[in-house]
Amino acid sequence: MLIELKDVTYTYSVGTVYEVNALEHANLSIEEGQFIGIIGHTGSGKSTLIQHFNGLVQPTSGQVLYEGQDIWGEGYNLRALRSNVGLVFQYPEHQLFEVDILSDVCFGPKNQGLNKAEAEERAREALTHVGIGEELYHKSPFELSGGQKRRVAIAGVLAMNPKVLILDEPTAGLDPKGRDEILDQIKYLHDTRGITILLVSHSMEDVARYAERLIVMNDAKVAFDDTPKAVFAHYKELEIMGLAAPQITYIMHALKRKGLAVDTAATTVEEAKKSILDALADRRKA
Amino acid sequence: MLRDITLGQYYPSDSVIHRLDPRVKFVSTMVFIVSLFLFKGFTGYVLATIVLAAVIKISKVPFKFMVKGMKAILFILVITMLFNVFLTPGEVLAHWWIFKITREGIVLAVKMGIRLSYLIIGSSVMTLTTTPNQLTDGLERLLGPLKKIRVPVHEISMMMSIALRFIPILMEETDKIMKAQIARGADFESGNLIKKVKNMVPLLVPLFISAFRRANDLAMAMEARCYHGGEGRTQMKPLVYKRMDWVAYVLVLIYLLGCIALRIWGGMLP
Repeated sequence: MLIELKDVTYTYSVGTVYEVNALEHANLSIEEGQFIGIIGHTGSGKSTLIQHFNGLVQPTSGQVLYEGQDIWGEGYNLRALRSNVGLVFQYPEHQLFEVDILSDVCFGPKNQGLNKAEAEERAREALTHVGIGEELYHKSPFELSGGQKRRVAIAGVLAMNPKVLILDEPTAGLDPKGRDEILDQIKYLHDTRGITILLVSHSMEDVARYAERLIVMNDAKVAFDDTPKAVFAHYKELEIMGLAAPQITYIMHALKRKGLAVDTAATTVEEAKKSILDALADRRKA
Repeated sequence: MLRDITLGQYYPSDSVIHRLDPRVKFVSTMVFIVSLFLFKGFTGYVLATIVLAAVIKISKVPFKFMVKGMKAILFILVITMLFNVFLTPGEVLAHWWIFKITREGIVLAVKMGIRLSYLIIGSSVMTLTTTPNQLTDGLERLLGPLKKIRVPVHEISMMMSIALRFIPILMEETDKIMKAQIARGADFESGNLIKKVKNMVPLLVPLFISAFRRANDLAMAMEARCYHGGEGRTQMKPLVYKRMDWVAYVLVLIYLLGCIALRIWGGMLP
């Protein structure tokens, strides 16, 4: 068990009129090597939830455990934890500050106490992983395109060699091409480096395609925590929460209602295609 | 940290004070501040305390919030009081090296302390019960006559409301960038002063860039809606005095006259 949340509640502005629960009695455990999607509409508590994983916010009540240790216990090294659990915020390109890309990516490794050469080596590795070429290393971050900036910012966290990488809507505001590139690179990192990934997203299609486990947040609570297929079976409830299942789920349910024996658990276009073709073949045989 | 400063933070509630015209509240606050410096004897302070306590009670804002604003000026308050205690000539009570504590000094320090605290609490009452927008609207109307001598009143009040509007946004932004850099191992707490200042660079550079970006976006959005300054501009909710506001003005006038009377004839009271 890598990270565990035990009955975590977080309240903003305790003791004022603005008091509001951003997280209520969350119980979660994150296993090593998983690719987890977190969805929920704006204000459902996703951002608060992920900030608990690396100790940026302290729960009002409950415990957060990393490898079995209470991270808010006496003398726990939070900075070491933050090297292990990397967090990429929304619009991470807004945090770039150095004169050139390479030194910006070096910021994290340097804070871990590495010397210049080691930090640079890590930075180069991370930049290669996100697909930023050598010719850009000495450019100012502000000369890059939106998608490139974002990849540099992700590399800034990646260069710290985290065991867990949490990304808060890494594709917000990007065009479809930029979005696919980033998601494919995240998938690649998960497959090659074995990093545990937590991906916060609005898009059901994205999480359906990449995640093996899905956590749905609603109204500061964990509403569902299951495989994407099992979660999408509750598509009616998802709609009440202001979310929607992938469009494929709707098509498959509609086809089933019309009498075609398709598999309604299909979530991607490829699966759906196969299921529809199979069903049509069966029907012809009959 | 940054959130401790209550000045300019609205506390939503439904009270008579909240519903008053911002101009009334502004003028009343001014009168109250002036009155604090009118008093000679302690009778005046009793009057001010009663009035302030009554207003706070009516405003339905918890007292805790009023005191929050005090934290920011605690340092100035202490310095002022110390200066008064040590540097006022008069009957010496205690003597140590070059420092002398006088009876008059203590009395003056206590008076100064009360004055400054009431000044802050008094203005906090105004800012806690008035939204920033109302406040600038009120100010624009109050300063209206200055337009005659070509003071750009509308522009000033627009700048003020934008500045006020940006405080919470920039605070949120600071919080976000700070967290993002902490997640990358930045350290904003330890180290000596020079190191601390150096460590602020990863926070300040993105913050400035984002402030400029936001300012640019806002200017663009305003221009897209044909904003061109105050000339011929009307308001969605123009300020109109209601009966309650006139009653408040009369009460404030009575208070002011009372204070002046205390100043003139106060010496005759015990």
